[in-house]
Amino acid sequence: MAAPRVVIVGAGPAGVRAAERLVAAGLRPTVVDEGMRAGGQIYRQQPPGFTRRPEELYGTEAGRAVAVHGAFAALAGRIDYLPETLAWNIEPGLLHVARDGVARKLPYDAVILATGATDRLLPVPGWTRAGVYSLGGSQVSLKAQACAIGARVAFLGTGPLLYLVASQYLKAGVEVAAVLDTSPASARFKALPLMASRPGLLVKGAALMWKLRGVPILRGVTPLAIDGDDSGVTGIRVKDAGGREHRFAADAVAMGWHLRPETQLADLAGVPFEHDALSGLWMAQVQADGRTAVKGVYLAGDGARILGADGAEIAGTLAATSVLADHGIQVPVAEVVELIGRRAVMDRFRRGLLRAFPWPGHLAAAVPDDTLLCRCEAITAGELRRSASDLGAPEVNRAKALTRVGMGRCQGRYCGPAGQEILAAARGVALPEVGRLRGQAPVKPLSIATVVPLGVEDA
Amino acid sequence: MHQSDVIVVGGGLMGAATAFFLRKRGLSVTLLERGLCGQQASGTNFGNVRRQGRFLPQLPLANRSREIWGRLPELIGEDVEFIRTGHLRVGYRPEHVGMMEAYRDNAAPYGLELELISANALRERFPFIGPEAIAGSYSPNDGHANPRLSAPAFARAATRAGAKVVENCEVISIERGVEDFRVETKTGDIYRAPMVQVSAGAWGGRMAAAMGEPVPIQVKGPQMGVTEPVPYAITPVLGVTTKDLPEVIYARQVTRGNIVFGGVGHGPADLDTIRARVRPEVTLQQFGQLKRIVPALAKLNIIRVWSGIEGYMRDDIPVMGPSAKVPGLFYAFGFCGAGFQLGPGVGDVMAELIATGATTTPIEPFSIARFAEKA
Ligand SMILES: Cc1cc2nc3c(=O)[nH]c(=O)nc-3n(C[C@H](O)[C@H](O)[C@H](O)COP(=O)(O)OP(=O)(O)OC[C@H]3O[C@@H](n4cnc5c(N)ncnc54)[C@H](O)[C@@H]3O)c2cc1C
Ligand SMILES: Cc1cc2nc3c(=O)[nH]c(=O)nc-3n(C[C@H](O)[C@H](O)[C@H](O)COP(=O)(O)OP(=O)(O)OC[C@H]3O[C@@H](n4cnc5c(N)ncnc54)[C@H](O)[C@@H]3O)c2cc1C
Repeated sequence: MAAPRVVIVGAGPAGVRAAERLVAAGLRPTVVDEGMRAGGQIYRQQPPGFTRRPEELYGTEAGRAVAVHGAFAALAGRIDYLPETLAWNIEPGLLHVARDGVARKLPYDAVILATGATDRLLPVPGWTRAGVYSLGGSQVSLKAQACAIGARVAFLGTGPLLYLVASQYLKAGVEVAAVLDTSPASARFKALPLMASRPGLLVKGAALMWKLRGVPILRGVTPLAIDGDDSGVTGIRVKDAGGREHRFAADAVAMGWHLRPETQLADLAGVPFEHDALSGLWMAQVQADGRTAVKGVYLAGDGARILGADGAEIAGTLAATSVLADHGIQVPVAEVVELIGRRAVMDRFRRGLLRAFPWPGHLAAAVPDDTLLCRCEAITAGELRRSASDLGAPEVNRAKALTRVGMGRCQGRYCGPAGQEILAAARGVALPEVGRLRGQAPVKPLSIATVVPLGVEDA
Repeated sequence: MHQSDVIVVGGGLMGAATAFFLRKRGLSVTLLERGLCGQQASGTNFGNVRRQGRFLPQLPLANRSREIWGRLPELIGEDVEFIRTGHLRVGYRPEHVGMMEAYRDNAAPYGLELELISANALRERFPFIGPEAIAGSYSPNDGHANPRLSAPAFARAATRAGAKVVENCEVISIERGVEDFRVETKTGDIYRAPMVQVSAGAWGGRMAAAMGEPVPIQVKGPQMGVTEPVPYAITPVLGVTTKDLPEVIYARQVTRGNIVFGGVGHGPADLDTIRARVRPEVTLQQFGQLKRIVPALAKLNIIRVWSGIEGYMRDDIPVMGPSAKVPGLFYAFGFCGAGFQLGPGVGDVMAELIATGATTTPIEPFSIARFAEKA
């Protein structure tokens, strides 16, 4: 059998480990990543010329970051690495990419989609003001560019990233106005049995809380509004669990409610989706070993299930072993069994996290009518509700056709999850019944200047 | 059991408009739609309300339809964003200019006024047009509308006027009885009426075949895309006068700012899975033609592509009118990529035909009998 042509999308921990495993088996995979440098989200590298040390950049994760970067560097010359390259479309056997305004087709026998995740957002009155950022965006600006989003920042949302980014800002010398968590404190205790699967992480979490001592932390809050004037954010108002209103002055707000997998390519590739009740998200159907129902398409890392960075490394290696096995290349059974066992622990912890820091669907459903829901197309929550009541939209794609919610640049990445809650509540049906927005190419905006080089027909 | 004067099968723009105009004429009507009204070609199309370039014998129908587009908000009580923007086709080669001149001369007797514009005047009036264009043909009274809103708005207007519109209701058989047709749906319901209209779009061919009138229909998906929004600057709908499909491009800017485009080729469309795909290479080829007609578009990004399922007849002419075999049966399907503009007019004419047995607008060229004769 000729060596299979394998393309990996994403050079984060999942993609790097997948490439490493394939190279170990004697293959030469192609690795495509939009970013300038490998590393993905968590181990994002600073631009060339920036000189912060790994300990400053990655904190407790510095060792792992160095390991992943080192693993990737060691692959040089043994993989085809295409940085700053967007995978904008996929069809059976062909990945469509664009780099520097030039389009190319990459033929594949197997493609591993290790596309990572993006922030999951919830509209809050005032969230479109200048000075409001996603948690991830706030972290990226700190990590990549050493820039803070403000001088006095309030953090709103839920999940470990909320506390992590707040502590990173604190460490960078930024004043943290407050950490406002929508999850009730009680949820954390209920989730302990599942979270005990990774005691090390619980310890890290406790250390994180210690770093944040002295910062006002409110749990079980209901966001009321992000206040501001012409120059941007001036403060944030929330109601605490007891119903009392609090206001914190701030010149910037970072908000986020966990992450959502980047599933556009999997969707375009025809991978079936399922509704995950725990997170309230639609997810690509994938086996623990990365296989999907579509031949030749494998998923790994946050793009499949949010297992965290070390989970992504395991998932990347696993997906590679599946590719190898499917092409008749021997993989030690013990290796796969061990990886699947480790992945199961991560998955247990993932479920614990979702219980400890639940997605507040009820808050999404209650977003005031005049609050902007879809930022790209400037559509309010009320307009979406009217499409359900007056125009009879039974599911999100119809609502999109009638109101344009989810039709813009982000293709529903940011308004989608909240939009589903609003529509389901307006229709009085269960969340899965309103469905999910179908993906369309391009995965991200693609320049019309893009050309197909003459005489290049690689397929 | 459900009884009415007419059953309309398919709630695209054709079916929804027919139901509406039948109610205006006082007939009781039931519209049966497999999914949601306007979800297929009528909701996914480019939105061109264009007469310029049509098959000449279709112009009387297109004119009647254009007149209705102009009255829409009042007529149906909802705005579907129809605006009269003008429609401009450009030509790149001398032979294109010849085609434009001939079409202008032939269309004039039908009342379609077209203005030919030379290269210099073209760039003066439409400065965004690229240097390759050597002439333009401008139709001042054409324009565009929002396809996503149009058929659902007609269906709601029909409902308000007293039609029974049933969605999520797939018709699985149509049988002619002694007095009535018996129309059965997947939900197990039976509907009866002395008259039935098949307006099932690309699926119409299968229904006609089941009624003993097979037609040569091909199913394809025109390839669409849209840019990010930018300030409103391109008023007319743009197109190209050419016989070469690879250089066909059409584009319009909506007042919100996005530029919608299509052309160059078609993609596969499937009647059973109800899916139409965009071929990635067509998107890239469209980029080339977009930059040719409006070079400044090179500065924009596209944010989405899509397609829709359309039925194309072998002779590129729709099927419209009474069945040649079954009394009481009427057809309006297979609009060959150009039925959006015609929709309101088709509804009006079909309602007239069904209610009175004749039409004041000629539709003979569209008769299904043309295929039977050749067979
Ligand atoms: C904003 C953000 C901040 C995070 N911060 C932390 C943190 O501080 N601590 C922590 O433990 N976890 C954090 N996580 C989670 C952590 O990043 C992940 O668990 C881990 O990085 C997942 O690795 P991955 O390889 O699956 O994906 P990623 O590391 O996200 O890598 C995915 C890669 O795929 C590329 N890509 C995606 N789509 C395409 C495409 N169409 N074409 C080309 N390239 C593409 C991206 O450029 C990216 O480099 C964060 C996640 C996000 C989204
Ligand atoms: C991408 C694209 C771009 C286009 N651009 C333009 C343009 O710019 N200008 C223009 O004039 N035209 C354009 N067209 C053509 C135009 O959209 C169509 O000709 C027109 O919408 C056809 O309307 P219809 O009602 O016949 O079909 P459809 O809108 O397809 O409606 C048929 C309906 O019948 C229903 N149906 C099918 N089978 C059954 C069944 N068994 N039981 C019940 N219901 C059934 C379907 O669900 C569907 O809703 C374009 C078409 C496409 C696809």
